[in-house]
Amino acid sequence: MYNYTILIPMIPLVMFLVTGLLGMKWKPIISGLLGTTGLGISWVLSLMTAITYFFGGHHAEAFPTIIPFETLWLTFSETLQIKMGVLLDPISVMMLVVVTTISFMVHIYSLGYMHGEKGFQRFYAFLSLFTFSMLGLVIATNIFQMYIFWELVGVSSFLLIGFYYQKPSAVAASKKAFIVTRFADLGFLIGILILSFITKTFDFGILTNPDGAVFANAAGLSFMGVSAMTWAMVLVFMGGAGKSAMFPLHIWLPDAMEGPTPVSALIHAATMVVAGVYLVARLFVVYHFQAPDALEVVAYIGGFTSLFAAVIAITQYDIKRVLAFSTLSQLGYMMLALGVSGYGGEEGLGYMASVFHLFTHAMFKALLFLGAGSIIHAVHSNYMYDMGGLRKYLPITHITFLIACLTIAGVPPLSGFFSKDEILVAALEHNKLLFAVEFLVAGLTAFYMFRLYFNIFWGKDRHYHHTPHESPLTMTIPLMFLAFASVFSGFLPFHSLVTADKMHFDTHLHLGVAVPSVLIGLLGIALAWLLYKKESKTPENIARKLGVLYTATYNKFYFDEIYLFITRKIIFNYISRPIAWFDRHIVDGFMVGIGTVTEKVSYRIKGMQSGQLQHYAFMFVAGALILALVLVYYM
Amino acid sequence: MNILTLLIVIPVLTITGILFTKDLKGARLVSAIGMTAQLVVAAILVFMYLGARKAGVTDEMLFTADYMWFKTLNIRYAIGVDGIAVAMIALTAVVVFAGIFASWEMEFLSREFFISLILLATGVFGFFISLDLFTMFLFYEVAVIPMYLLIGIWGSGPKESSAMKLTLMLMGGSALLMVGIFGIYFNSAPDGGPLTFHIIEISKIQIPVEAQRFFFPFTFVGFGILGALFPFHTWSPDGHASAPTAVSMLHAGVLMKLGGYGAFRVAMFLMPEAAHEMAWIFIILTSISVVYGAFGAIWQKDLKYINAYSSVSHCGLVLFALLMMNETAMDGGIIQMISHGLMTALFFALIGMIYGRTHTRNIYEMGGLMKVIPILSVVYVIAGLASLGLPGLSGFVAEMTVFVGAFQHTDVFHRVVTILAASSIVITAVYILRVVGILLFGPVKDPHFEHLEDAQWYEKLSMYTLVIAIAGIGIAPLWLSNTILDSLKPIVEKLAQVAF
Repeated sequence: MYNYTILIPMIPLVMFLVTGLLGMKWKPIISGLLGTTGLGISWVLSLMTAITYFFGGHHAEAFPTIIPFETLWLTFSETLQIKMGVLLDPISVMMLVVVTTISFMVHIYSLGYMHGEKGFQRFYAFLSLFTFSMLGLVIATNIFQMYIFWELVGVSSFLLIGFYYQKPSAVAASKKAFIVTRFADLGFLIGILILSFITKTFDFGILTNPDGAVFANAAGLSFMGVSAMTWAMVLVFMGGAGKSAMFPLHIWLPDAMEGPTPVSALIHAATMVVAGVYLVARLFVVYHFQAPDALEVVAYIGGFTSLFAAVIAITQYDIKRVLAFSTLSQLGYMMLALGVSGYGGEEGLGYMASVFHLFTHAMFKALLFLGAGSIIHAVHSNYMYDMGGLRKYLPITHITFLIACLTIAGVPPLSGFFSKDEILVAALEHNKLLFAVEFLVAGLTAFYMFRLYFNIFWGKDRHYHHTPHESPLTMTIPLMFLAFASVFSGFLPFHSLVTADKMHFDTHLHLGVAVPSVLIGLLGIALAWLLYKKESKTPENIARKLGVLYTATYNKFYFDEIYLFITRKIIFNYISRPIAWFDRHIVDGFMVGIGTVTEKVSYRIKGMQSGQLQHYAFMFVAGALILALVLVYYM
Repeated sequence: MNILTLLIVIPVLTITGILFTKDLKGARLVSAIGMTAQLVVAAILVFMYLGARKAGVTDEMLFTADYMWFKTLNIRYAIGVDGIAVAMIALTAVVVFAGIFASWEMEFLSREFFISLILLATGVFGFFISLDLFTMFLFYEVAVIPMYLLIGIWGSGPKESSAMKLTLMLMGGSALLMVGIFGIYFNSAPDGGPLTFHIIEISKIQIPVEAQRFFFPFTFVGFGILGALFPFHTWSPDGHASAPTAVSMLHAGVLMKLGGYGAFRVAMFLMPEAAHEMAWIFIILTSISVVYGAFGAIWQKDLKYINAYSSVSHCGLVLFALLMMNETAMDGGIIQMISHGLMTALFFALIGMIYGRTHTRNIYEMGGLMKVIPILSVVYVIAGLASLGLPGLSGFVAEMTVFVGAFQHTDVFHRVVTILAASSIVITAVYILRVVGILLFGPVKDPHFEHLEDAQWYEKLSMYTLVIAIAGIGIAPLWLSNTILDSLKPIVEKLAQVAF
């Protein structure tokens, strides 16, 4: 009955091939409309799938895992095979909805935003490629299929970040994004190899069976004092951390903002960057039962990233970068929630909270980015010091942006409040330290978001090149739709839809957590209001007082410089260059040396071949004499 | 006539045909017709082979023929193919076809050029169909000799010295190989009876282990030199840099594969005991090749050097995989040969085309080519993505099969070196993206480049053929992988018999 689901990823693939191969022969807008229509169909199909899946049957028991389509792609051995298929379970169905919704909105939005850009049809071709890859990742039936699409989303991201390929900073950013995530993927790959070595299977159905029978021969396997399963799952997480830009692999995401803004909304806020969270959630059973230590790592990395990024976000001026650091911080939340989660019933609150937050975050963060795009479209700058007083000129953008800011700040009853609250509850039950961190981050989030908001929409007007005007309908309709989703998606009953054991459980509001977290959020907003509503010198003075601390934060704690040092200096200068020299001079020198020696020796002895008879006769007699002497000696 | 013999006859006829032409136009037309026919025959061979296997023919070698050639030494013209050889023949046909069109404008001594090129191809085809070691060796030499002329006459830069270096090093390899082959021959009948060069016959008996220990290194290193085994790879960067486009394509695309093919078909298959004993030495050398070649490529600034070092890395992976000696890894190694053959040929074709327009191969003198020659640039990106192992293109299939296969070994040594080799996927990404970034993206560096013409029809034909082959394997790898796995069975069985 779900046979049509294969069309959901296939339509974007066809659109990619059609617009990619034939697009340049048409008027650009045709590619755009074609891509948008195609994705609209995928979106409708995804919603149909979700409705039939979640509300179609009476699921008194756990939600079933359905594989409506699967085909063999490559055989390694009898048991190790790569299949390509569609897997439907609560989390993948939910992700189908997220990906197609955001992608559809971005497709519509880009009709306006990218209008008149050179390479319009290329942009739509790449968007389709990305959507296809992301959908393929989501519905993967086995870990290798996931890895394949994982690489494909990576390359689509590379192509889209570097969309303005004549701009050196965009090229550098795309390269950085690809190489950093590739490095992380090496970890993922090794993790897969270890898993395949232990279990002899790639299949999610077998791997995530809670009885853990396939891990029987992992017992006793260890390397450097750490069990093989912990190694495997930490390495798999490394892949996830790369894609989801967890500390210390986060450095590519802020630079990725060089891509067109709709791309940032789609790939670097709502969908691709949550792939890491999705990966951990997908393998949650394995983490929980086989490698609890690895899950601790997930929790702490997530917690640290959320704090680290929130602090940096306060000091940034580029509005897209503020949003990028905010994304990092929120992704940290999701990872942390998974890390502190248990399995079964209410124990699995963290898992549920994580995917819940993934869903609401996709909506409000895409909204924020698209709103930022609308602002940039109007003022032609990314920097908040070029903005101010925009609420008069961009009424729709203003209201939707405000809704998004309130949502992320966790003001009830908007969706962000519910999902963040669940995460805080889960953290409190598991680990007091992590709870404290997240509680603090909730305040910081509200503060930096409203610093952004007040700076853009309040304060004095700047000297604009032309009076900023509201964006066209193609851009504002997606904004309004996403604002609607941000407001109301909090009422979706996630606890009976997407849970760790696929069973329903009851949740209730924990006033003891909810009230303080709302209060700290409001405190952050109030502080931002005091500092940034009217222009004043206070923020600058505070920054000056903090001195080195501020500079370090503003420079993102110099992580970019550290990476540059490693790549430029160490790899390029101290590894690659000596190897190239060694190869030319030592290895090749040796080979050439053999040739030279041969030549020299033959030059020296060629005189013996003189052509003079006396010479030869002398040689002959002398030789005979020597031989005779030797013979006599030995006799 | 046997279809395999046809593969030799067509090139010879083509060469004869070229002798009757007068100039470039005639020569290239005859070559194109001949090599198109060759491609068709190769395609027919693939279908015949798959059909026969489907019909349930289980012989180890198909389409065999056997003629006595020199009775005293029992040298025969014995031919036959299994799935691996068929795949290699198809690869060769595709690369030669693309190579002819890539040298469409070879003005200088064009008849002689096409004759040498096709003679080289003849040697390669002969090598892959031979089952008799002596004939195989003969064809191998037929392939190597024209290389000297092709580089020395039509090359660029320090062409004479490069040609000399390449030929001498390969000849050195041949010398080792000859010792190895004669060693096998004289031990091919340990229980008395006539000595033989026939691979299948030798594989049925066991060569005394003492003899294996002595002759295995000769044979393996002999083939290894051709397959760019560290530290005998230095002919490759210089040779490729000086060689004309089509020769680089054929050489890196096909000729280097003779090394890998011979290494398992002759050295490992016929001397399994010694292979097991000595594998560790060569595994270390090849895993060095993989990483070392990739690091070496990062520093280069000449497009051809980058690709030559990249070849060292990728071909290192071929030998590495074969030495893992299990079905999956060896399967991956052979797919890697085909995959590397196609993509490196594509790279060299593109480099030739770019050089023909910009007259430089130094990446720092170019930039922003994506804007001026978009078709060539997009294909360059595709080739780069194939090289760094993007799913959907052939490189990914090959690498993953190798890594998964090699990691299934139960002892730690094999798994550790696998991780080492796998780290090359990151380094490869570094040097590929570096080149792509400098060469194609950014602003147009030299105003002279603003008016470059994009690809001509013959260049498109050459590139697209290779791109289709690369994407075809990458998207639907199952048939290729299964064909190879089937044909690997006797080899893996023979290796497994002695393993424990």
